[in-house]
Amino acid sequence: MTGFARTVWVITRKDLLVEARTREVLFTTLFFAISCVLVFAFGFVREGRPVSDAAAGILWIAIAFSGTLALGRVFERERHGETLRALLIAPIDRPALYVGKLVGILILLAAVEVVVVPLVALMFQAALFDHALLMVGLLAAGTVGFAAVGTLFAAMLVRARSRDVMLPILLYPITVPVIIAGVRGTAALLQPEGGLPMARAWLAMLVFFDVVFITLALWTFEPVMTE
Amino acid sequence: MKQTLFVPLTLVAAAMFAYAPFMILAAPYESTMGLVQKIFYFHAACGMALFLAAAVSGVGSAVFLFTKKPAADRLAVAGAELSVVIGLLVLVTGPLWAHKAWGVWWTWDVRITSTLVMWLIFNAYLLLRRYGGPGSERLAAAVSLFGLANVPFVYWSVNVWRTLHPKTSVIPTLQPGMRGTFWFCVGAFMLLSVVILMLRTELEKRRQELDALYLAAED
Repeated sequence: MTGFARTVWVITRKDLLVEARTREVLFTTLFFAISCVLVFAFGFVREGRPVSDAAAGILWIAIAFSGTLALGRVFERERHGETLRALLIAPIDRPALYVGKLVGILILLAAVEVVVVPLVALMFQAALFDHALLMVGLLAAGTVGFAAVGTLFAAMLVRARSRDVMLPILLYPITVPVIIAGVRGTAALLQPEGGLPMARAWLAMLVFFDVVFITLALWTFEPVMTE
Repeated sequence: MKQTLFVPLTLVAAAMFAYAPFMILAAPYESTMGLVQKIFYFHAACGMALFLAAAVSGVGSAVFLFTKKPAADRLAVAGAELSVVIGLLVLVTGPLWAHKAWGVWWTWDVRITSTLVMWLIFNAYLLLRRYGGPGSERLAAAVSLFGLANVPFVYWSVNVWRTLHPKTSVIPTLQPGMRGTFWFCVGAFMLLSVVILMLRTELEKRRQELDALYLAAED
């Protein structure tokens, strides 16, 4: 294993170990996501039937909202223990630090999605698993895009005042393309026929977004995190 | 040199804005939309000035992030504030026109949505600078950089989603009487933007100097 990969693994493992002891972020985020879906169910179900096309939007809003919460909690823990400063002092590559945190958050969000996606499919009678591979691709690419920007912003906001409200304010306008592509791609999959080429186009756009924004984040992480 | 240019540029800009309404009045009526089309001279000119301000802020932020030059940060904040003000003008004049021309105040069209998202990002930039505490200039610079990289993605996604707004290709096809008036208004807004940017960077420079003096006096 090269030095970079080893550093990434050590940081991810540390985050997962800390999380495994209390499971605080996982359980609270999961419960928040379920509550979110439930609130939308009250808003978008009429006489026992969901509004058409609502499932895709509700799924992605639940992911974005709970993702913001998880990002805030994960870095609040680092701030509380003054451990982010220790990580920054450590003689390791800054990009490896960023990737390590990103992988940890992605694993956390994947665990949340494993519960939330079937829940949305069940509650809103949406055939999310008819094209399971494309759906997983959209979820993976969308979550990576959201978390790539989110990890950088949550990390840099650790030192800022009013960070709780700043994270969504900064994150949502910049992840608008992820939300649009995720929702439109999922909605295309839910169409009875002819939606597959469109879903693939949205998936390609998400992958392109991921590449550009991870590159930018790796590039800016160092100057942003240096005091 | 900046100081000597400022007053004449301001006077020219003021004169252009005083004369612009007469030119717009004299310009021919558009055949289908009539009087309401005249808002175009300010709406599209503001849109161009918005791109200038956003580009100044984005480039200033990128330079500041990697070189830490305070002058770049001053340009970035001036550009961001101007983007918020001019963006508001674009977002107010647009619906006024759209309501008459398309029958709706707002539509989720590509240009409108991407302008709104860009405007929100610059608002977030200013909020972060104001309420983020010490060191937030650097964080705000990263936001501006990400915001700028975001524009093509927003544009593409909304374009696939839906579109209604006229394309930029209408500008070369303007009637002769409209064309002169339009470019005159663009010039007026560009000049105004330059004057405001100069004033705001100078103000920011003095503010930073004052901060440094306060810190020195406290030590």
